[in-house]
Amino acid sequence: MITKTTSQDEKPDSKTGHEKNSGVTIKGIREGLLVTLGEGEWEGLQAQLLNQIEEKGTFFRGARMAIDVGNRILHAAQMGALRDRLSDREITLWAVISNSPVTEQTARVLGLATRLSTPKPERVIRQAETQLPGEDAILIHRTLRSGFRVSTHGHVVVIGDVNPGAEIIADGNVVVWGRLRGTVHAGAQGNEGCVVCALEMNPTQLRIANLFYVPPLKKKNKGAEMARVSKNEIIIELWNTK
Amino acid sequence: MTAKVLTVTSGKGGVGKTTTTANIAVALASLSYKVVCIDADIGLRNLDVVLGLENRIVYDVVDAVEGRCRLRQAMIRDKRLPELYLIPAAQTRDKNAISPSDMVRLCDELRPEVDWILIDSPAGIERGFRNALAPADLVLVVTNPEVSAVRDADRIIGLVEAEEKGPARLILNRVNMNLVKRGDMLTADDVLELLAVELIGIVPEDEAVIVSTNRGQPVALDGKSKAGLEFQNIARRLNGERVPFLNLEEKDGFFARLGKMFRTGGA
Repeated sequence: MITKTTSQDEKPDSKTGHEKNSGVTIKGIREGLLVTLGEGEWEGLQAQLLNQIEEKGTFFRGARMAIDVGNRILHAAQMGALRDRLSDREITLWAVISNSPVTEQTARVLGLATRLSTPKPERVIRQAETQLPGEDAILIHRTLRSGFRVSTHGHVVVIGDVNPGAEIIADGNVVVWGRLRGTVHAGAQGNEGCVVCALEMNPTQLRIANLFYVPPLKKKNKGAEMARVSKNEIIIELWNTK
Repeated sequence: MTAKVLTVTSGKGGVGKTTTTANIAVALASLSYKVVCIDADIGLRNLDVVLGLENRIVYDVVDAVEGRCRLRQAMIRDKRLPELYLIPAAQTRDKNAISPSDMVRLCDELRPEVDWILIDSPAGIERGFRNALAPADLVLVVTNPEVSAVRDADRIIGLVEAEEKGPARLILNRVNMNLVKRGDMLTADDVLELLAVELIGIVPEDEAVIVSTNRGQPVALDGKSKAGLEFQNIARRLNGERVPFLNLEEKDGFFARLGKMFRTGGA
């Protein structure tokens, strides 16, 4: 998922004077969003960035943002203000990249990273980077807690639990190597051939294609199970290797 | 001294964040650490009441952040314990009066001077929670053995992980052993199975807590009640001591005590 918007493409009459010859580039990278600032005054560029975010509505919500400010010297107050304003738009500023040691120092004081290379876990799990021959799938090697939502066109494999309040929506199959207690929708585009497998099948709610299943309360764990569609309803069967 | 910043949070309201913060602060101060509590629940301040310091508030955290007073002036010293201070929340403002970076700056200013900074987070996952989380080194999540509180704790633990402040530690508050025994309450194991984080305290339901909260005398001041004792244990565990969890199964009824007397007598 790569988005690229360059304000230089916009018509010049839509801008105020001091923003001329300046640019704010937002692009999607592995670590989240990377904003690169061109020439210009800080206040103007900041306003421009916030404008671009506003224009996209809820698109950037929940994103992690790194900002490359070039040679600029930024003070803690400016950086803090930007972080707060992004934070108000539900965007997390996690890194400030700069050639200026002063700015780097300020970033460190505010607890921000100054390099992109540090591995950061992503909050919103996106499509896997590597394209293997065959169908797309994403692997999530962690427990999905309440409030986390994974939505993908491919298959989903979770190594870990899916807790109540977490949601997985996949156009393909869903395999949970752990306890499934949240909500899963497999075959979200209407494919009734999709299945949901879990070592402990105890979902809040299960959906396959357009069908709907709510498991009985106080269900005992019988071992690994698989849910599939049979005769227009969802059935859950014990997994056996025979 | 370089202080550790400990944020106490829960997601759900009413599970005992403020009581927990007050008691852990008192317990740490009794172990002769220098402790500062910050009430981050701006607009709904409570920590001052629970600590019994309400009538001494002159300046608050917003005054300190906005420069109307020096940080020192906003720190209220507790008269019972020489090294316990409170920075109260403002009552007439709201959560937006301060930002996460204000909190980071505030804590950085305090860090060289104290051993522990405890932040009482407001309920919810919005600005107030982010203010409280921003400067944290350690996060304590308080929950009750109830499905709704555990669900919120799970969400909070996820958010703490996402902010790279994890792994959070858990306090299970208000455990009623009679209900657990009857199978009508979630057990510590049930909660841990779901949340999968380190448990640092199991605090029993205790009437002494309500009484002491109303009086502004945290139970951890004397270790007479079970809850007070457990809060003291939590403070020791926070300092790396290995303290076993309290045995909450003892009944305090007459016959139980009688039975215990005979058993100890016989042995």
